[in-house]
Amino acid sequence: MAEVSVEIRNAVKAHGATLAVDHLSLEVRRGEFFSILGPSGSGKTTTLRLLAGFERLDQGDILIEGRSMRSVPPNHRPVNLVFQHYALFPHLTVFGNVSFGLEMRRLPKEEIRSRVASVLDMVRLTPKQDRWPAQLSGGEQQRVALARALVNQPSVLLLDEPLGALDQQLRQDMQVELKAIQEQVGITFICVTHHQEEALTMSDRVAIMHQGRLLQVGSPQEIYEAPASSFVAGFIGVSNTLRGRIARFNGTTCDVTVPGLPTGQAIVARPSAGAGVGSSVTLVLRPERLHLSNEVRVGGFDNVLEGRVSKAVYNGSEMQYLLSLADGISWKARVPNVGEGQKKFLPGEAVFVRWNADEGVVLTE
Amino acid sequence: MIKRYPWLLAASLGNLLFLYAPIAVLILFSFNASRLSARWQGGTLQWYRLLAEDEALLAAVQNSLLVGLVSTVIATVLGVCAALALERFPFRGQRAIEGAILLPLVIPEVMMGVALMLFFVSIKLPLSLVTVTIGHAAFNLPIVVVIVRGRLRKLDPGLEEAARDLGASAWQAFHRVTVPLLMPAILGATLLAFTISLDDFIVTFFTAGPGATTLPLKVYSMVKSTVTPEINALSAILVLVSMGLIGLSLALQRKPV
Repeated sequence: MAEVSVEIRNAVKAHGATLAVDHLSLEVRRGEFFSILGPSGSGKTTTLRLLAGFERLDQGDILIEGRSMRSVPPNHRPVNLVFQHYALFPHLTVFGNVSFGLEMRRLPKEEIRSRVASVLDMVRLTPKQDRWPAQLSGGEQQRVALARALVNQPSVLLLDEPLGALDQQLRQDMQVELKAIQEQVGITFICVTHHQEEALTMSDRVAIMHQGRLLQVGSPQEIYEAPASSFVAGFIGVSNTLRGRIARFNGTTCDVTVPGLPTGQAIVARPSAGAGVGSSVTLVLRPERLHLSNEVRVGGFDNVLEGRVSKAVYNGSEMQYLLSLADGISWKARVPNVGEGQKKFLPGEAVFVRWNADEGVVLTE
Repeated sequence: MIKRYPWLLAASLGNLLFLYAPIAVLILFSFNASRLSARWQGGTLQWYRLLAEDEALLAAVQNSLLVGLVSTVIATVLGVCAALALERFPFRGQRAIEGAILLPLVIPEVMMGVALMLFFVSIKLPLSLVTVTIGHAAFNLPIVVVIVRGRLRKLDPGLEEAARDLGASAWQAFHRVTVPLLMPAILGATLLAFTISLDDFIVTFFTAGPGATTLPLKVYSMVKSTVTPEINALSAILVLVSMGLIGLSLALQRKPV
């Protein structure tokens, strides 16, 4: 168990009549970049505040480095938090902000100076150490907040929507930089975000929360490719769904009958564990996995559905199509833009949508 | 704006004239060489010189400063505590307490003066500079509460949490982060309270005992007989000091959070 950094055991926290955190259990490994992802009101921020010690658990326990945090106040926890809006001290300079934690620990002046200098160097803010927070750009303020937390060398660094206040371009640069810094310092990062791309890009593992409950924990790839529920599938990226019933098993695949499709036509899919004949299931398909063509015969695919293009959007790197399939089923498809000679479909055009069994995920409801 | 609405400009100027013309005349005549008439008979500084030699007046100045200083300190300490309690620690009956604290802002000062006097008499506290000081602290308390609380409301509560997260105890977070950020409001409130105390007549009139003469009381007793140029000079000084303090107080409060 030495490799577990943070363990949340059956944590419960009520806000009024609702459970902000509902029997949450979670383990975070030492040195990993762990993200808690969820829509607003999912309980992710409350979870972070429970870890930081700003909120008290109603039930359960939180262990950090094997030590129970139940009765430990925020100033004695081996964690530091990067606040959503940074919460930089406006009356202190960049240096004063970053040295604050070390001064609270009454470290010798020399040590404070050298540790602040090295962390400011890491976030490339050495030339700005005498500036006031109000004189810094959003990205710089964000890096001061990061430095102010990291300089204390906490066991766990908590980040609350760390990139939420930055504009799109800066956000993408900081995703890369934050991950690089995490790898450099080797500290466990727990990051709370509602931004799914951010979570997938930076994290070693992602936890999905919804209404106070933990829905799924896994690597970004597992979360994206094998969502455990239709909520996760819908929250992470765009997904197309089909509801049906398993008709029979054929070895590693199964046939799913979908109401509204021509009789006799079944969808071939990879069954989920625990599904049996007659189980009602939801089939989830990512828009970029669909193969579009207007030729009747194309070999090599397990499934084909006929439909019509209802909308075509060009967004530079790809074409996005809205397709209407049989019986009011509406799907999205994305086709990477590979340049000249590529077939572009026009609204109203008939298309065939093809995919293989292992590209869809079957969810048992 | 002003150019498009000439009547607005006229109204503003009329307003300023209405407010400041009497003060300007008063200051002007404090330099008038004539003792009696309202006619200008050449400039002089002799009335100011006379003031500096009037020992009863200087004693009144001393009393005023002492009362102002002590009552301001009391009002500031209690006011900051009350503002923190109201803003950061919600409690049962908070609205009632809040109303009670702010009430002196709206009740007529005469009533407050009478009430304080009756209270001091009923608890057998002899009327003196002590009772004046308590009275001034009482009417300055809500002013401090309003100003400090206004700033506290604009402070990000995350700042205190950040300090706690970085290893500060609750007390360290308060005095290393909250107090420095509140300081402009605290200083502004202090200056305002001091000025109001310095200028107060009504509450002082009811709560002062024999020998506890403050500057406004002294001016009043001097005016009873006749308006002398010394009074003009004294009033000019009072007006300028008050305006200076208020200006400073406003400048401090405008400092961004």
